[in-house]
Amino acid sequence: MKLTKLLMAIAIVTTVSFVSCKPKDDDIKAAIEAKIKADADLAPVSVDVKDGIATLSGQVKDDATKAKVPTLTADVKGVKSTTDNTSVTPPPPPPPAPVAITADDPLTKSVTDATKDYPTVKTTVKDGVIAVTGTIAPDKWKKLKMSLDGLHPKKVDGSALTIK
Amino acid sequence: MALQDKYKELTDAATAAGISDLQVREQDSVLYIDGTAPTGTVKDQLWDIYGKIDPNFLTGDLVLNVNVSVGADVTKVKVTTDNSNLNIRKGPGTDQPIVGKAGHGEIITLLNKSNEQWWLVRTDDMEEGYAYAQYLSPQ
Repeated sequence: MKLTKLLMAIAIVTTVSFVSCKPKDDDIKAAIEAKIKADADLAPVSVDVKDGIATLSGQVKDDATKAKVPTLTADVKGVKSTTDNTSVTPPPPPPPAPVAITADDPLTKSVTDATKDYPTVKTTVKDGVIAVTGTIAPDKWKKLKMSLDGLHPKKVDGSALTIK
Repeated sequence: MALQDKYKELTDAATAAGISDLQVREQDSVLYIDGTAPTGTVKDQLWDIYGKIDPNFLTGDLVLNVNVSVGADVTKVKVTTDNSNLNIRKGPGTDQPIVGKAGHGEIITLLNKSNEQWWLVRTDDMEEGYAYAQYLSPQ
Protein backbone atom coordinates (compact mmCIF):
# COMPACT_ATOMS: atom_id res chain seq x y z
CA MET A 1 0.00 0.00 0.00
CA LYS A 2 2.72 2.37 1.00
CA LEU A 3 4.60 1.62 -2.18
CA THR A 4 1.50 2.35 -4.30
CA LYS A 5 1.03 5.70 -2.57
CA LEU A 6 4.64 6.54 -3.07
CA LEU A 7 4.43 5.66 -6.76
CA MET A 8 1.30 7.77 -7.10
CA ALA A 9 2.99 10.66 -5.40
CA ILE A 10 5.91 10.36 -7.75
CA ALA A 11 3.55 10.23 -10.70
CA ILE A 12 1.75 13.38 -9.57
CA VAL A 13 4.96 15.25 -8.91
CA THR A 14 6.31 14.24 -12.31
CA THR A 15 3.13 15.28 -14.09
CA VAL A 16 3.02 18.59 -12.29
CA SER A 17 6.64 19.31 -13.05
CA PHE A 18 6.09 18.48 -16.76
CA VAL A 19 3.01 20.64 -16.92
CA SER A 20 4.73 23.44 -15.12
CA CYS A 21 7.53 23.24 -17.71
CA LYS A 22 5.15 24.21 -20.50
CA PRO A 23 4.20 27.74 -19.38
CA LYS A 24 7.82 28.34 -18.54
CA ASP A 25 8.82 27.58 -22.15
CA ASP A 26 6.05 29.87 -23.33
CA ASP A 27 7.30 32.65 -21.08
CA ILE A 28 10.82 32.26 -22.41
CA LYS A 29 9.51 32.27 -25.97
CA ALA A 30 7.51 35.44 -25.33
CA ALA A 31 10.53 37.15 -23.80
CA ILE A 32 12.72 36.29 -26.79
CA GLU A 33 10.01 37.30 -29.24
CA ALA A 34 9.76 40.66 -27.53
CA LYS A 35 13.48 41.13 -28.08
CA ILE A 36 13.12 40.13 -31.72
CA LYS A 37 10.37 42.73 -32.15
CA ALA A 38 12.60 45.41 -30.69
CA ASP A 39 15.07 45.11 -33.57
CA ALA A 40 13.70 45.37 -37.12
CA ASP A 41 16.80 43.64 -38.53
CA LEU A 42 15.94 40.55 -36.54
CA ALA A 43 12.33 40.37 -37.75
CA PRO A 44 12.96 37.28 -39.93
CA VAL A 45 14.09 35.29 -36.88
CA SER A 46 11.63 32.92 -35.29
CA VAL A 47 12.05 31.14 -31.99
CA ASP A 48 10.94 27.88 -30.51
CA VAL A 49 11.50 26.84 -26.91
CA LYS A 50 11.29 23.33 -25.57
CA ASP A 51 12.40 22.28 -22.09
CA GLY A 52 14.38 25.49 -21.79
CA ILE A 53 16.25 24.95 -25.05
CA ALA A 54 15.73 27.88 -27.39
CA THR A 55 16.01 27.24 -31.11
CA LEU A 56 16.38 30.26 -33.38
CA SER A 57 15.84 29.99 -37.10
CA GLY A 58 15.33 32.16 -40.15
CA GLN A 59 17.40 34.07 -42.67
CA VAL A 60 18.92 37.40 -41.72
CA LYS A 61 20.22 39.96 -44.15
CA ASP A 62 23.91 40.11 -43.25
CA ASP A 63 26.73 38.95 -40.96
CA ALA A 64 26.30 41.93 -38.62
CA THR A 65 22.71 40.93 -37.97
CA LYS A 66 23.72 37.32 -37.58
CA ALA A 67 26.16 38.40 -34.87
CA LYS A 68 23.28 39.90 -32.92
CA VAL A 69 21.30 36.64 -32.86
CA PRO A 70 23.02 35.14 -29.74
CA THR A 71 22.13 38.26 -27.73
CA LEU A 72 18.44 37.35 -28.13
CA THR A 73 18.73 34.55 -25.62
CA ALA A 74 21.81 35.54 -23.66
CA ASP A 75 20.14 37.17 -20.67
CA VAL A 76 16.71 35.54 -20.84
CA LYS A 77 15.92 33.72 -17.62
CA GLY A 78 15.28 30.02 -17.89
CA VAL A 79 17.19 29.46 -21.15
CA LYS A 80 19.33 26.40 -20.64
CA SER A 81 20.93 26.49 -24.03
CA THR A 82 20.48 28.01 -27.44
CA THR A 83 20.57 26.40 -30.85
CA ASP A 84 21.24 28.99 -33.51
CA ASN A 85 19.94 27.75 -36.86
CA THR A 86 19.79 31.17 -38.45
CA SER A 87 21.69 31.87 -41.62
CA VAL A 88 22.64 34.87 -43.70
CA THR A 89 20.65 35.33 -46.92
CA PRO A 90 23.03 34.76 -49.82
CA PRO A 91 23.53 37.89 -51.94
CA PRO A 92 21.52 37.97 -55.18
CA PRO A 93 23.50 36.93 -58.26
CA PRO A 94 25.10 39.90 -60.02
CA PRO A 95 23.14 41.18 -63.00
CA PRO A 96 24.47 39.88 -66.33
CA ALA A 97 27.17 42.02 -67.91
CA PRO A 98 25.83 44.21 -70.70
CA VAL A 99 26.45 42.95 -74.22
CA ALA A 100 29.77 44.32 -75.46
CA ILE A 101 29.46 45.78 -78.95
CA THR A 102 32.55 46.13 -81.12
CA ALA A 103 33.42 49.75 -81.95
CA ASP A 104 32.78 50.80 -85.56
CA ASP A 105 36.42 51.01 -86.70
CA PRO A 106 37.54 47.50 -85.73
CA LEU A 107 34.09 46.19 -86.69
CA THR A 108 34.36 47.69 -90.18
CA LYS A 109 37.73 46.04 -90.61
CA SER A 110 36.41 42.67 -89.43
CA VAL A 111 33.37 42.97 -91.71
CA THR A 112 35.65 43.69 -94.66
CA ASP A 113 37.58 40.51 -93.84
CA ALA A 114 34.40 38.47 -93.41
CA THR A 115 32.78 39.64 -96.66
CA LYS A 116 35.86 39.36 -98.87
CA ASP A 117 34.61 36.14 -100.48
CA TYR A 118 31.05 37.45 -100.95
CA PRO A 119 31.38 39.93 -103.83
CA THR A 120 27.60 40.13 -104.45
CA VAL A 121 26.86 41.88 -101.17
CA LYS A 122 27.77 45.30 -99.83
CA THR A 123 28.02 46.22 -96.18
CA THR A 124 27.99 49.37 -94.14
CA VAL A 125 28.74 49.68 -90.45
CA LYS A 126 27.20 52.37 -88.29
CA ASP A 127 26.83 52.43 -84.51
CA GLY A 128 27.57 48.75 -84.37
CA VAL A 129 24.86 47.81 -86.87
CA ILE A 130 26.06 45.88 -89.91
CA ALA A 131 23.69 46.59 -92.81
CA VAL A 132 23.98 44.08 -95.63
CA THR A 133 22.57 44.78 -99.09
CA GLY A 134 22.72 43.03 -102.46
CA THR A 135 21.83 39.54 -103.59
CA ILE A 136 23.10 36.27 -102.14
CA ALA A 137 22.26 32.55 -102.18
CA PRO A 138 20.58 31.21 -98.99
CA ASP A 139 23.42 28.88 -97.98
CA LYS A 140 26.04 31.58 -98.51
CA TRP A 141 24.02 34.08 -96.51
CA LYS A 142 23.78 31.59 -93.66
CA LYS A 143 27.57 31.24 -93.62
CA LEU A 144 28.06 34.98 -93.83
CA LYS A 145 25.55 35.62 -91.04
CA MET A 146 27.43 33.12 -88.88
CA SER A 147 30.65 35.07 -89.45
CA LEU A 148 29.06 38.46 -88.89
CA ASP A 149 27.31 37.35 -85.68
CA GLY A 150 30.74 36.31 -84.38
CA LEU A 151 32.10 39.84 -84.72
CA HIS A 152 30.05 41.15 -81.75
CA PRO A 153 27.88 43.61 -83.70
CA LYS A 154 24.89 45.42 -82.22
CA LYS A 155 22.82 43.76 -84.90
CA VAL A 156 23.02 42.41 -88.44
CA ASP A 157 20.45 44.11 -90.64
CA GLY A 158 19.67 42.09 -93.74
CA SER A 159 16.25 43.65 -94.32
CA ALA A 160 17.32 45.07 -97.70
CA LEU A 161 18.99 41.86 -98.79
CA THR A 162 17.67 39.72 -101.65
CA ILE A 163 18.02 36.01 -101.00
CA LYS A 164 17.95 33.76 -104.07
CA MET B 1 10.89 39.17 -72.89
CA ALA B 2 9.03 38.75 -76.16
CA LEU B 3 12.25 37.93 -78.00
CA GLN B 4 13.18 35.31 -75.45
CA ASP B 5 9.78 33.71 -76.06
CA LYS B 6 10.25 33.87 -79.81
CA TYR B 7 13.59 32.09 -79.62
CA LYS B 8 12.72 29.84 -76.67
CA GLU B 9 13.09 26.68 -78.75
CA LEU B 10 16.61 27.80 -79.63
CA THR B 11 17.70 28.67 -76.12
CA ASP B 12 16.14 25.46 -74.77
CA ALA B 13 18.05 23.47 -77.38
CA ALA B 14 21.26 25.32 -76.51
CA THR B 15 20.82 24.42 -72.86
CA ALA B 16 19.95 20.80 -73.67
CA ALA B 17 22.90 20.44 -76.04
CA GLY B 18 25.34 21.46 -73.32
CA ILE B 19 26.49 24.79 -74.72
CA SER B 20 29.10 26.01 -72.25
CA ASP B 21 29.31 29.60 -71.01
CA LEU B 22 25.82 30.08 -72.39
CA GLN B 23 24.62 33.66 -72.14
CA VAL B 24 21.20 34.83 -73.27
CA ARG B 25 20.79 38.57 -73.04
CA GLU B 26 18.26 40.98 -74.45
CA GLN B 27 19.37 44.53 -75.09
CA ASP B 28 17.73 47.27 -77.20
CA SER B 29 15.32 44.84 -78.88
CA VAL B 30 18.04 42.44 -79.94
CA LEU B 31 18.60 39.04 -78.37
CA TYR B 32 22.22 37.96 -77.95
CA ILE B 33 23.00 34.29 -77.51
CA ASP B 34 26.65 33.53 -76.84
CA GLY B 35 28.34 30.28 -75.97
CA THR B 36 30.65 27.48 -76.97
CA ALA B 37 29.32 24.37 -78.66
CA PRO B 38 30.90 21.00 -77.90
CA THR B 39 30.83 20.05 -81.60
CA GLY B 40 30.20 21.57 -85.01
CA THR B 41 27.06 19.43 -85.30
CA VAL B 42 25.55 21.15 -82.28
CA LYS B 43 26.30 24.56 -83.78
CA ASP B 44 24.62 23.50 -87.05
CA GLN B 45 21.57 22.24 -85.16
CA LEU B 46 21.18 25.60 -83.43
CA TRP B 47 21.48 27.46 -86.71
CA ASP B 48 18.86 25.15 -88.23
CA ILE B 49 16.46 26.02 -85.40
CA TYR B 50 17.27 29.72 -85.85
CA GLY B 51 16.47 29.38 -89.58
CA LYS B 52 13.18 27.71 -88.75
CA ILE B 53 12.09 30.51 -86.39
CA ASP B 54 13.41 33.32 -88.60
CA PRO B 55 13.57 32.10 -92.21
CA ASN B 56 16.69 33.43 -93.97
CA PHE B 57 17.81 35.22 -90.80
CA LEU B 58 16.49 38.55 -92.02
CA THR B 59 14.65 39.94 -88.99
CA GLY B 60 17.89 41.09 -87.40
CA ASP B 61 16.63 40.62 -83.85
CA LEU B 62 19.09 37.87 -82.96
CA VAL B 63 22.87 37.73 -82.84
CA LEU B 64 23.79 34.06 -82.47
CA ASN B 65 27.44 33.78 -81.57
CA VAL B 66 28.23 30.13 -80.97
CA ASN B 67 31.79 29.00 -81.43
CA VAL B 68 32.83 25.41 -81.67
CA SER B 69 35.04 24.33 -78.80
CA VAL B 70 38.62 23.69 -79.86
CA GLY B 71 40.63 21.65 -77.39
CA ALA B 72 43.94 23.04 -76.22
CA ASP B 73 45.60 19.91 -77.59
CA VAL B 74 44.46 20.54 -81.17
CA THR B 75 47.46 21.22 -83.39
CA LYS B 76 46.14 20.27 -86.83
CA VAL B 77 43.43 21.99 -88.83
CA LYS B 78 41.95 21.19 -92.22
CA VAL B 79 41.40 23.84 -94.87
CA THR B 80 37.66 23.85 -95.54
CA THR B 81 37.24 26.48 -98.22
CA ASP B 82 34.53 25.89 -100.86
CA ASN B 83 37.17 24.80 -103.37
CA SER B 84 39.83 27.51 -103.57
CA ASN B 85 43.15 27.95 -101.85
CA LEU B 86 43.28 29.69 -98.51
CA ASN B 87 45.43 32.78 -98.19
CA ILE B 88 47.93 32.93 -95.40
CA ARG B 89 48.71 36.50 -94.45
CA LYS B 90 51.43 38.33 -92.60
CA GLY B 91 48.99 39.71 -90.04
CA PRO B 92 45.35 39.26 -89.02
CA GLY B 93 43.40 41.12 -91.73
CA THR B 94 42.66 41.04 -95.45
CA ASP B 95 44.68 44.23 -95.75
CA GLN B 96 47.78 42.26 -94.80
CA PRO B 97 50.13 40.93 -97.49
CA ILE B 98 49.74 37.29 -98.50
CA VAL B 99 52.73 35.24 -97.43
CA GLY B 100 51.51 31.82 -98.54
CA LYS B 101 48.60 29.64 -99.55
CA ALA B 102 47.13 26.42 -98.23
CA GLY B 103 45.26 24.13 -100.61
CA HIS B 104 41.63 23.13 -100.23
CA GLY B 105 41.47 20.06 -97.98
CA GLU B 106 45.08 20.43 -96.88
CA ILE B 107 45.88 19.73 -93.24
CA ILE B 108 48.08 22.36 -91.67
CA THR B 109 49.49 23.13 -88.24
CA LEU B 110 47.59 25.39 -85.83
CA LEU B 111 49.98 27.54 -83.80
CA ASN B 112 47.78 30.08 -82.07
CA LYS B 113 44.10 31.00 -82.01
CA SER B 114 44.14 33.93 -79.62
CA ASN B 115 42.51 36.05 -82.32
CA GLU B 116 38.91 34.86 -82.79
CA GLN B 117 38.81 35.48 -86.54
CA TRP B 118 42.42 34.93 -87.59
CA TRP B 119 44.36 31.88 -86.52
CA LEU B 120 48.14 31.64 -86.78
CA VAL B 121 49.03 28.59 -88.86
CA ARG B 122 51.98 26.93 -90.57
CA THR B 123 51.91 24.86 -93.72
CA ASP B 124 54.09 21.85 -94.42
CA ASP B 125 56.13 24.15 -96.69
CA MET B 126 56.92 26.12 -93.51
CA GLU B 127 54.88 29.12 -94.60
CA GLU B 128 53.67 30.77 -91.42
CA GLY B 129 50.98 33.40 -91.03
CA TYR B 130 47.34 34.17 -90.34
CA ALA B 131 44.40 32.42 -92.00
CA TYR B 132 40.69 33.16 -91.66
CA ALA B 133 39.42 30.82 -88.93
CA GLN B 134 36.06 30.22 -90.63
CA TYR B 135 37.84 28.13 -93.24
CA LEU B 136 39.73 25.98 -90.74
CA SER B 137 38.31 22.87 -89.08
CA PRO B 138 40.10 21.39 -86.08
CA GLN B 139 41.21 17.81 -86.63
